Amino acid sequence: VTAGPCYAGLDCGSWNTKAALVDAEGRLIATAVVRTGADLHAAADRALSELLERAGVTRGDVAALWSTGFGRHALTLASGSRTELDSHARGALRYVEGPLTVIDIGGQDAKIILVDAEGRRIGHKMNRKCAAGTGSFLEEMALRLDVGIGELPALAAGFTEELQLGSFCTVFTGTEVLALIRQGKRPPDLARAAYRSVVKRVLEMERVEGRIVATGGVVAHHPMVVELLEKATGASVFVPEHPQEIGALGVAVAAREAALAPAA
Amino acid sequence: MTSPRREPGVEAPLRSGALLKDVMAAHFAAVERAARDRTAPVAWCTSVGPVELLRALGYEVFFPENHGALLGASRMAGETMPRAHALGYSPDICSYLTSDIGAYLEKRTPLARHGLSQPPRPDVLLYSTNQCREVRDWFEFYGREWGVPVVGVTSFRDLGEIAPLHLDAIERQLEALIPPLEAVAGRRLDAARLEEAVSRSRACSEAWRDCLAASAARPAALTFFDATIHMGPAVVLRGTAEACTYYQHLLAELRERVQRGAGALPRERFRLYWDGMPIWGRLRDLATLFAQLDTSVVASTYCNSWIFEALDPRDPLRSMARASLELFIARAEEPKQRYLERMIREFSVDGVVFHDSKTCPNNSNARFGMPQRLRRSSGVPVLVLDGDLNDLRCFSDEQARTNIEGFVEQLEGAGPPRGAEAGS
Repeated sequence: VTAGPCYAGLDCGSWNTKAALVDAEGRLIATAVVRTGADLHAAADRALSELLERAGVTRGDVAALWSTGFGRHALTLASGSRTELDSHARGALRYVEGPLTVIDIGGQDAKIILVDAEGRRIGHKMNRKCAAGTGSFLEEMALRLDVGIGELPALAAGFTEELQLGSFCTVFTGTEVLALIRQGKRPPDLARAAYRSVVKRVLEMERVEGRIVATGGVVAHHPMVVELLEKATGASVFVPEHPQEIGALGVAVAAREAALAPAA
Repeated sequence: MTSPRREPGVEAPLRSGALLKDVMAAHFAAVERAARDRTAPVAWCTSVGPVELLRALGYEVFFPENHGALLGASRMAGETMPRAHALGYSPDICSYLTSDIGAYLEKRTPLARHGLSQPPRPDVLLYSTNQCREVRDWFEFYGREWGVPVVGVTSFRDLGEIAPLHLDAIERQLEALIPPLEAVAGRRLDAARLEEAVSRSRACSEAWRDCLAASAARPAALTFFDATIHMGPAVVLRGTAEACTYYQHLLAELRERVQRGAGALPRERFRLYWDGMPIWGRLRDLATLFAQLDTSVVASTYCNSWIFEALDPRDPLRSMARASLELFIARAEEPKQRYLERMIREFSVDGVVFHDSKTCPNNSNARFGMPQRLRRSSGVPVLVLDGDLNDLRCFSDEQARTNIEGFVEQLEGAGPPRGAEAGS
């Protein structure tokens, strides 16, 4: 741990609460991920405790703690906040210079964030009010295939046939999967098709430009999504270390920048 | 930072607000009285339909779209729409229509606060499809229900340049409306009264236009959210002296704001343009959110839609035809884009919000690449917000909040706001 103050970021997501700590120089020194559950504040406390323990620092070493994610405004322990759009862009820019496109696939939403050559955000798209293209969709598909969500990557790895799932709607896709099972299609091929569906839904949201950086829990735990993104775009996709915690990192960076900015 | 956790301070409310309430209450009372006591014929009219014919023939006029907006703003719509859906009116069509028909079936109305147990029953319904086809379907439901005539103009849509042949066709249809409207009213159309109605509509339009133009000042004198309320008389009293009087009051007050450098918001960092329908059930929440972000939504296509500059009392029907076709909603993508580019310049906006309203494709301009083209042509960032005018099932509060806050953060990172460096 470097000397001097640290800056913490908490990303209160729908499924998981992610935490990141940067040192006085802005270097990432630790991350933590805990289930959000029904108590946002308890999850934030757990994530922060875990983070500080991993980093070997105390709460008193944290000069500023900011929040992001859907619960960003509810966290009273945070002294500032940014949206996930800002945080993911900021986090991605720690690894890749603009122009770039951040593709963030989380539990409840998917985002495409466009960043120009100067590192400024120039546009974004979020998924419509729908589970298609998100982690929730994959959970539903895992349920249909009678496996846990954590088993889906291994199942899909055994695919031998490329299948298409055509529905926009998660519920209708579930029905489609059942119909394909009745037709004798193999679960590994259907798991692969579920990943293909996520990638299709995400890429139809916005045109991607520049380097692609993939972030979010789905990217972290379902590497086939990255492979399919590369196949669909014909471009290499950069996945930063800790893709799930990139929003927490971004907002920790924002907290540090705000603390170091000259007073207006 | 983007998300200050403070309640926004506000400029003292417009004094005209009290007058607005009186004017609207008097309007509802007058139509209700006419329907109840048979003191005047009653017509229902679409919001940008040929109301001047009705005024000239002595009708009291009720506007179901205004009722639809009230159903949305009161959030009664969520309870009434399902009744219409069950009757075969799809959740995918206009939620004004489904809210209103559902309210009729449920025997509920937000007009109860004005002492009305239901919307006043009409003797005739008059539509123009210059805005959409749904208005006709909507009126035909009531025509069947009550056995009253439904008449109207089947208009052109997606118009590029407006040619004489378009004007001829609409003018002929307006002429053809006169005999049936005379028959219901029991009187002949008086040319002088039509000229007077057109003249008053024009005066109302000009005064309303000038009120909206007060937000070209920095800071803006009126936000979109306030304007959606103050536009009431321009919708329901167009063609009357009362509307003209109201907007003279409002205009004087707004000009006074501009003169002393006061704005609708205590602090205005960014200025946005809103395209598309209001989200009536979230009007206050969105107004508060933008105010918390020190961002003023200074102008909108929606509020501008009741400016009919083509109206000319010297040539009433021809000018009514032109006014109905010049409307933004009736135009093709290219004139719409030119219009939006002009608004961006005139109101010095830093960004454009497109509300993609699920059940109102005709008033949603984000579906054929317009935001992307506008971003390229104007250099101004755009945000597309998914929602609906009345159906809040199509709207996510959390996602909208993140979208809007994220958009303002984007503006913060984009350099100084337009015009700010000049101190204008």
